Amino acid sequence: MKTIELQRRKVLKGALATSLVTLAASWGMLGNIAHAARPQMAFDADDVDGTLKALFGEDGIQDSESIIVKGPEIAENGAVVPIKVTANMDDAQSIAILVPENPAPMVASFDLQPGVVPQVSVRIKMGKTSDVIALVRSNGQVYRGVKEVKVTIGGCGG
Amino acid sequence: MTIKAKTKMTSDGKVQVKMLIKHPMETGQRKDRKTGKPIPAHFVEIVTCHWQDKEMVRAHWGPAISKNPYLSFKISGPQAGETLTLRWSDNQGKSGEQLSEIS
Repeated sequence: MKTIELQRRKVLKGALATSLVTLAASWGMLGNIAHAARPQMAFDADDVDGTLKALFGEDGIQDSESIIVKGPEIAENGAVVPIKVTANMDDAQSIAILVPENPAPMVASFDLQPGVVPQVSVRIKMGKTSDVIALVRSNGQVYRGVKEVKVTIGGCGG
Repeated sequence: MTIKAKTKMTSDGKVQVKMLIKHPMETGQRKDRKTGKPIPAHFVEIVTCHWQDKEMVRAHWGPAISKNPYLSFKISGPQAGETLTLRWSDNQGKSGEQLSEIS
């Protein structure tokens, strides 16, 4: 009787572990093991808090001088603002770019496999003067770098 | 809607990937000036870069990426003569692919 009971527990434990792993994978928590699904909730959020919660849950975010956001001091045309994000750290698994003053702050996120240099360059739209925030996930931590870009003519309307 | 890509070895032994996708990147918030009707959202959602069947980079984009999107990044591992596969797909189900030989 006892052994059967023990086995039953083992089976239950195994099932629980499996379902937790599946859950973690579907939330993109396993980083490099499973490719994170599109963070649609983050794209749908209309404020920074909502975006951060959708991306990182309750994980704390740390400002870091190792995250460098490069962009123009003044962008004359908000429709095309060149931004380069560099993470001077090993094992950066993802880079996200947010513009808090845009109607939806989430601009882009990049999932990077080992071997990819944690640096991306893109051109983004900015509705008006705003910070550009880069968030980098590395070793279970989230690091933040910021740069303000002044926009002369916004690039979201028309 | 095509990809123009350049993949080049740099002096540090890494591969510089530069790509340009021809795409309108409509936000869905603009209106047609003549008719006043809203222009439907039409933007690239996913861009990937594969090397030897392994996905190295996956970009998730929203409509705040500029029209005719530009993306560049660097990878270590691939060598000159090898091929990288670049793909995109948008929110209207359209997609494209470009193979780029590393020079």
